[in-house]
Amino acid sequence: MTNFIVWVVWVVAALALLTSGTAVVLFQNPFYSALALIGNLASLAVLYLLLAAEFVAAAQVLVYAGAVVVMFLFVIAYLGGRADAPWAGRPSMQSLAAIVAAAAIAVEIVVVIALEAGDELSTAAEVEDNFGSPAEIGRLFLGDHLLAFEVTSIVLLVAAVGGVILGSAVPKESRS
Amino acid sequence: MAGPGVAAYLILSVILFATGAFGVLIRRSPLIVLLALEIMLNAGNLALIAFARQTGTGTGQIFALTVMVVAAAEAVVGLGLIVAVSRRHVELDVDKLTNLRG
Repeated sequence: MTNFIVWVVWVVAALALLTSGTAVVLFQNPFYSALALIGNLASLAVLYLLLAAEFVAAAQVLVYAGAVVVMFLFVIAYLGGRADAPWAGRPSMQSLAAIVAAAAIAVEIVVVIALEAGDELSTAAEVEDNFGSPAEIGRLFLGDHLLAFEVTSIVLLVAAVGGVILGSAVPKESRS
Repeated sequence: MAGPGVAAYLILSVILFATGAFGVLIRRSPLIVLLALEIMLNAGNLALIAFARQTGTGTGQIFALTVMVVAAAEAVVGLGLIVAVSRRHVELDVDKLTNLRG
């Protein structure tokens, strides 16, 4: 019974994931694209919960849906009508090449995984209840992966400084 | 592991990555290119977490959290660039931003 419920949740989340992902790419109005991205990230969080990654699911909702998408919405609102991205006047050869390239990437990844993995993918490891819990993630981050944790803080600092500099510099011709 | 195995998650991740790559290639608005990039990064995250569950080690989840931080930093810098471009009254179209072409 549990297995059946997990399958139902998985199928619903997977359909929502692919639908909202396609919607992000196809909407003309970037505002709707950003809203569809929230649905995309929420269904990803559901899949993370099914994979026993509780902390990553919570961080996904907080950091992405809560912070990154809101930042996108601020910039889209700031740009107003200039942010619109209509489809008209696109050369069709470019669209065709994009479809072929995306399909080629998908086929390449599937082929490589199928060739390299063999039957190793069929058995999943048994995990304990605390796998993926905040305590376990914290222990890993401050133990085995301390360097990654510290480098991450520097990356965030540099990005914050860069964002401030890019956002505050006013070009000379429009200053007066 | 109740429900679908890791292969199902990987197929989902590949389709999502291809969707994002298609968006980056076909859209000309830098805002939507950035949104499609986020989709590609998230597809990578899904594969990482699926493999973490399959091998039973937490390292994949740590990697996914780091990718999340890099994605946030990338969004900050990318949106800052878009705002800076729009302040110069240049049209927001990645085909027309050719000042750096050699």
